[in-house]
Amino acid sequence: MLNLTAATVAFSSPGGPVVRAVDGVSLAIPAGQFVVVVGTNGSGKSTLLGAIAGTVPLDGGRLELAGRDITGWSEHRRAALVGRVFQDPRAGTAGSLTVLENIAVAARRGLVAGLDWATTRALREEAAERLGRIVPGLEGRLDQPIGSLSGGQRQIVTLVMATWRRPELLLLDEHTAALDPAAADRVVQATAQIIRSGGLTALMVTHSLAQAASLGDRLLLVHRGRIALDVAGPAKRRLTPEAIADRFDRLRRADQLDDGAARTLAATYR
Amino acid sequence: MITLLSTWTFGLSLAFVALGVYVSYKLFSFPDITTDGSFTLGAVVTAVLLSAGVDPALATVGGMVAGALAGTTTGILHAVFGVEPLLSGILVTTTLASVNLVVLGRSNVPLTGMTTLFDRAAATLGPAVAAVTGCDRGVADEAARMLFALGCVATACAGLYLFFRTSLGTAMRAGGDTRSMARALGRDTGGLTVTGLALANSLTALAGGLVAQYQRFADVQMGIGMVVWGMASVFLGAALVGPARLGGALVAAAAGSVAFRLLVATALRAGLHPDWLKAATALVVLAALVGPRLLARVRTAPAVR
Repeated sequence: MLNLTAATVAFSSPGGPVVRAVDGVSLAIPAGQFVVVVGTNGSGKSTLLGAIAGTVPLDGGRLELAGRDITGWSEHRRAALVGRVFQDPRAGTAGSLTVLENIAVAARRGLVAGLDWATTRALREEAAERLGRIVPGLEGRLDQPIGSLSGGQRQIVTLVMATWRRPELLLLDEHTAALDPAAADRVVQATAQIIRSGGLTALMVTHSLAQAASLGDRLLLVHRGRIALDVAGPAKRRLTPEAIADRFDRLRRADQLDDGAARTLAATYR
Repeated sequence: MITLLSTWTFGLSLAFVALGVYVSYKLFSFPDITTDGSFTLGAVVTAVLLSAGVDPALATVGGMVAGALAGTTTGILHAVFGVEPLLSGILVTTTLASVNLVVLGRSNVPLTGMTTLFDRAAATLGPAVAAVTGCDRGVADEAARMLFALGCVATACAGLYLFFRTSLGTAMRAGGDTRSMARALGRDTGGLTVTGLALANSLTALAGGLVAQYQRFADVQMGIGMVVWGMASVFLGAALVGPARLGGALVAAAAGSVAFRLLVATALRAGLHPDWLKAATALVVLAALVGPRLLARVRTAPAVR
């Protein structure tokens, strides 16, 4: 259960205007819900995700996760509750470490890293079982540097790592955008499988309208730092990529009208 | 024979610099100038403690602790206050230039008439070596010193290998490799960097303490260029051993230090003026950094434009 209340993130450059990348967003995600987020470029969807992950500080508002107020928590402390997959598979894994060593780090998410052995036989067996279930053959590559895997395989391992210990919230930040279409499809299937089978609460940002239409229980469309559309239930299931594209067009036309009106006003009162 | 053994002992003592630089530079991508200052600090603290009558083993550990503190300071400057890696090291090393002078009291101190770790090694191992090999006692004592240094380096390599296989050590390697990954998995990468630099500089300080005991004097200038020496050893070791993972890379760094010391001894014997030693070391590092890129450019360059 995630509860975001009146969240604001503002950016300003010296002498420039203040831009509210996240503009008073309130959002409640019940436990077990799979939420898909789409938005135009610069709409603030990535900033929203960063604010939840703790990489972007909130300028206002409050964030609760699993009943705890985590507004002031650092990024690495929030990781005890939040699992994350990045757009670039290289950002979510340590390329020079083996697949199993990467998993060993993930297996201690939110726990103290002490002087116990990182890679035990029990961990090896569990890793072989869990990876092999999703990508047959991967269980034989546990001792290879994770950098030697393909981007798609590496991203699937990242997914397994992020969910190795059940997260209260799984954040996916355009995690298929850097992959070729075939690999992206496999990662999407693995994502859906992992979220469904674990009953995980997830927030996924995507550029793909096809993914936005076919995945998840709820769709959020972010525009200019606000949630412009929030659809769940049967209405979400009926959504087509075309219908989402249509909403984008309408938002863009409204922007053009706004800009035109602003110019006319400015000219009138000059 | 004694000269060759002595070159080995020296190279093995300096191998701790290579191991320290491997930790800071290879694992954390942190070009740590503190190395120059903490090498001297280790030598100076060990020398002062020895002069005060402290047991040589304790005096050496004292030097390591001082080195760890220097590394911790550099780490905190970077991780907590956001100072760039190079500048953090420069600030701490500059401060250490004063600290080392104050601790030592003057610019150099001889350690004549004191029992060092190497004396102890020669006294305990020397007779055995002489008995087994039947060689002259002077050679046997020098061999004993070399074996002692070899034992220290082997122990350190094994210890570091085991440490970096623990949860903490693996998290440190992960954080040094990809910061975003370690943070997303709940690791405080700032704290890991501080720990890594403390470890690296305690190793460097150990090298300083050993060298001071071996050459029987400590000098506030003796650390100049040490970070470059460490890098040269790491690069040379990697070139000799080839692509290696953790364990191999640690042994390679240590072996690189001995190989580089042998190379230097050969160059000096062939007529290289000692004044040019630091410049030659820097050139080796430059060649190791630039060479592969140049080669790659030559190889990928199209034949016809």
